[in-house]
Amino acid sequence: MSSRVAPLLVFGWGNPSRGDDALGPLLVEQLAGLAQKSSGRLECLTDFQLQIEHALDLVGRERVLFVDAALGLQTPFEVRSVVPAPGVSFTTHALAPEALLQVYRNLERAEPPPCTLLAIRAQRFELGEAPSEQAMADLAQALAWAMVWAGLTEEVPA
Amino acid sequence: MTETVRPLETAAHPQGLRRIVIDPVSRVEGHGKVTLLLDENNRIEQVRLHIVEFRGFEQFIVGRPYWEVPVMVQRLCGICPVSHHLAATKALDRVVGGWPVPEAANQIRRLMHYGQIVQSHALHFFHLSSPDLLFGFDAAVAQRNIVGVAMAHPEAARQGVMLRKFGQEVIRITAGKRVHGTGSVPGGMNRAVDAAERDVLRAQLPEVLAWAEAAVDLAERLHTGLPQHLIGFAETPAAMMSLVGPGGAMEFYDGTLRVREADGRIAVDGFEDQRYRELIGEGVKPWTYMKFPYRLALGPDAGWYRVGPLARVQNCDFIPTPRAEARRQAFVAAHGGRPVHAVLATHWARMIELLHGVEVVADLLNDPAILGGPLLATGERQRGGVGIIEAPRGTLIHEYEVGDDDLVTSCNLIVSTTHNNQAMNEAVRSVALQYLDGQTITEPLLNHIEVAIRAYDPCLSCATHALGQMPLAVTLRNARGEVLDHVHRSSSGDTVRGTGPHPAEAAL
Repeated sequence: MSSRVAPLLVFGWGNPSRGDDALGPLLVEQLAGLAQKSSGRLECLTDFQLQIEHALDLVGRERVLFVDAALGLQTPFEVRSVVPAPGVSFTTHALAPEALLQVYRNLERAEPPPCTLLAIRAQRFELGEAPSEQAMADLAQALAWAMVWAGLTEEVPA
Repeated sequence: MTETVRPLETAAHPQGLRRIVIDPVSRVEGHGKVTLLLDENNRIEQVRLHIVEFRGFEQFIVGRPYWEVPVMVQRLCGICPVSHHLAATKALDRVVGGWPVPEAANQIRRLMHYGQIVQSHALHFFHLSSPDLLFGFDAAVAQRNIVGVAMAHPEAARQGVMLRKFGQEVIRITAGKRVHGTGSVPGGMNRAVDAAERDVLRAQLPEVLAWAEAAVDLAERLHTGLPQHLIGFAETPAAMMSLVGPGGAMEFYDGTLRVREADGRIAVDGFEDQRYRELIGEGVKPWTYMKFPYRLALGPDAGWYRVGPLARVQNCDFIPTPRAEARRQAFVAAHGGRPVHAVLATHWARMIELLHGVEVVADLLNDPAILGGPLLATGERQRGGVGIIEAPRGTLIHEYEVGDDDLVTSCNLIVSTTHNNQAMNEAVRSVALQYLDGQTITEPLLNHIEVAIRAYDPCLSCATHALGQMPLAVTLRNARGEVLDHVHRSSSGDTVRGTGPHPAEAAL
């Protein structure tokens, strides 16, 4: 509801207490720590789940990066553009990012800002477990990519 | 005590039928499944709603320092973390000898809790239920969602989102953060409300109140406009349980337990929350992980009851805020003063509660107590404590025992969806009897079942975002246990039929 928002938004979701599901919030938390000198250009937000009101968090942004844990990836992380799509979500308490953008489009009567999904490879989601070693290694690679996206570094570190 | 057999719960001659095994193997742990058994004439013999319970939760808590618990329990449920946060702290207030908490802490907690009621009810009605009511049960799947609502009814959708956002902001200024709040601690609060943040929300109140009134209007209009054949949809007479406040007032944060019989008579009143184990037992059945709470006085078969909005609105004697009370009276009058057990009326009741929530938030934002003063109380340490609140979906019970080393030694949680387990099963049976069409499971049938379940807003999830989803599988078997049809709706909304049940279900 602020009239002035940071042009870049990184939004991660997941449950910090459910194994690899913590990857989204963890990346955002680490990125926020690295971005303290970003002069207000970057805002980092997390939540358990993607919900309808998060459409309002996108208002006024230049670019948005969604971060989520994902099953079934063959690589440490994947990146893809997200575009509005109706009918993606049904009978759920949580939204798919495509549905969130559609909600944005309908509420704001405008196209959402360019949005990218950073999906980090995940395998286990057990309550009370920490992320696996593999997941943490994948997280490190994804974080390096996110730093470039956020303008915190010019190239992905080797 | 007369032992009764619930109609359609268990087939009279189950020989040869397969045993259904729930084996959540994916992150989609919040998994609802309905099984139907037919006899040779395609008559329904058995209907069951299976839900995987919140497995491992108690074990997740036991062994942790008690002061971590109010924060940790928020990770049990991403849908209503504040409810767990407050129920846990209420229980642990007793442990630290900090009950009652100071006035400022009490009011801030109440503010947080009613903010949670507002945001949760707004989400459920506008996101999950209004599509069914606006477009009809038989509408295209692509339309029956929040996106469909936003396209066809943009102003209603916008108000739903803004109500949700308002509730979230109330939580943020009281809990300290949008998520993983730490504000409520055993014995009170660790922060007061910032006056500037309070003022921002206070300025929004006229608009928010108008939206809440409009939400009740919409829910009432949709309900009273239902086709005649849906007026009694999934009607399941049940006793009703909730907290009530002084004089029988509607109360969400703290009160005594009241049980009202299905015919409207009060059966139990003024029952102290710390003694809930003398009122409620927890039964188990071999076909589901979720327990079946029941009134001890009536036993596991006859003692089931309903919690949540439909129970609360009828269990109280009045709502202690004027706008919502007027709406409650209209609700009662519209039903001729008779108890209402048609589950679709739950949505109307839920919006009355949302309006009440906004009114209470308004009162509390005008209360200077929330801005500061003593926030913590201490006293004689106790071994254990019970915290009961009315969460958005109904009564939520947390009970803990804590050792001398400050570690939690036992934990018992009874969440709203568990209280409603039998009531939801009854609703599904009612729908299956009325709408099942021979051996063919149609998409409308599937959605009719879902509509009945959805009225209870069951929190099948707990905290990972994928767990917030509600995939539903319906398996139709004949009396020999052979699968006649199987329809599965994935969490992404795709409906797939003919794929066969989950391998775990196929096992004998």
